Amino acid sequence: MLKIEALSKSYTAGVAALDNVSFEVAEPQVVAIIGPSGAGKSTLIRCINRLVEPTAGSAILNGENVTNLNSAGLRKARRRMGMIFQEYNLVERLTVMENVLSGRLGYVSFWQAWRRNYPPEDISNAFKLLDRVGLSGFQDQRADALSGGQRQRVGIARALMQKPDLLLVDEPTASLDPKTSRQVMRILVELAHELSTPTLLNIHDVPLAKNFADRVLGMQDGKLIFDGTPDELTEDALTLIYGEEDWKPEAKAGSPAEQENADSPEQAAAV
Amino acid sequence: MIENPLLRHGLLVLAVMYLAWSLGSLEIDWSRTSQGAERAGRIFSRMFPPDFSRWSLLVRGVTESVEMALAASFIGMILAIPVGLCAASNIAPRPIYLAARGILVLTRTFHEVIIAILFVKIFGFGPLAGVLTLVVASVSFIGKMLAEDIENMGSQQMEAIRATGASFPKVLIYGVMPQILPRYLGVSIYRLDANIRHSTVVGIVGAGGIGQTLSATFSRYDYDFSLAILLTIIGLVFLGEFFSNWVRGRLR
Repeated sequence: MLKIEALSKSYTAGVAALDNVSFEVAEPQVVAIIGPSGAGKSTLIRCINRLVEPTAGSAILNGENVTNLNSAGLRKARRRMGMIFQEYNLVERLTVMENVLSGRLGYVSFWQAWRRNYPPEDISNAFKLLDRVGLSGFQDQRADALSGGQRQRVGIARALMQKPDLLLVDEPTASLDPKTSRQVMRILVELAHELSTPTLLNIHDVPLAKNFADRVLGMQDGKLIFDGTPDELTEDALTLIYGEEDWKPEAKAGSPAEQENADSPEQAAAV
Repeated sequence: MIENPLLRHGLLVLAVMYLAWSLGSLEIDWSRTSQGAERAGRIFSRMFPPDFSRWSLLVRGVTESVEMALAASFIGMILAIPVGLCAASNIAPRPIYLAARGILVLTRTFHEVIIAILFVKIFGFGPLAGVLTLVVASVSFIGKMLAEDIENMGSQQMEAIRATGASFPKVLIYGVMPQILPRYLGVSIYRLDANIRHSTVVGIVGAGGIGQTLSATFSRYDYDFSLAILLTIIGLVFLGEFFSNWVRGRLR
């Protein structure tokens, strides 16, 4: 379904934000990508729909190499890739319905888009999706009147309006409280399974990733260094991805890792 | 403000010296000043009472000014859209951006009166020159504000629309327009108000409107009619300001 081959990106020459990443998603599964800030998670998913232009390598979606496409071809390919963002990225001054329907912008003509004249099946599909994400009755509200959790659900509906072959999800819960995070993740993962849509999901919250994903990729310094099931994501694996730390839930301040740092004054001074 | 006491006191001394020097270099001619005061008194006394008897001329001038302002604002508002889009670095390619910025800088360099004089030379006396002057000023003003708003808006909404596979025009109407529309309308209404004020000024160099009528009364020493025109302009500008504030208040 999705095949990533040696994908690389350097923003400044010589410094790789994404370094020779290869993997394949062969079945409709939810793939969580974890790793420290700056590991290249966001760059990776943006290189797939080319919101960020990769420097080398290719992303192949259902047999089509997206990396080689010209701008018209890229727009067609983007229609098949739904994207969900950390800050929801809704058009604030438009209504919930207009935001959801904007998922069809790749399919309607300019005048249809201008006059908000979408085909009836799009509109009924939008109502269905709004109902599915728990926002029926919200269609005429302006997006900026919604809470964070509600906005993200509109974001999910907008992405699914595209009837995507692939969902790219960038930190969907990083701006939400823990409870809302879990609700949003549940809706997202349920829908991804229901619609058999392979999903790449950047997330920095490891317990959420273990809870909801079918597979976990670990990244560090632009490289893919872990690929396994949530169960295989052991403390050793986390240490590999994030560096030395006491991962036990009961670990508190004064854990071995921190004491080690406190014991070396040179290191403390260097910080 | 300035930490170093030596520098602070030094600057103060320099400032006082500059003030003394500039006052000394003025060469105020007191006899001319007193003559001027006398003449001002004569002119003001001849202004009263203001003469509204030639009201038809007045109405014609005011109508022309308002028409000039309305036409120029409308045309300027439309033309400012392409110029503003091209002058926004985050959506226009580099060469187009530089060209559009160049146009904006060039048109802002010259005061309306200078542009008006040029257009009067090219197109002759009358409102055409005035309208063109105000169009240039409006495009440059609204275009610059528009470009700056686009550059300052969030890129996130635009990114999301691009990610749906929307073409550039659709990205503009969904990702950009909703973010900048209220400010664009507000700025355009403000510019209409400004154009009403400026239409009276460009008239003085012969570009039509009430300003041209005013200029004619001064050269014919019809000071009472001048005052009537001035009072009318004050009323007009006041109304324009009131209207502009009202509309912009409702846009929020």
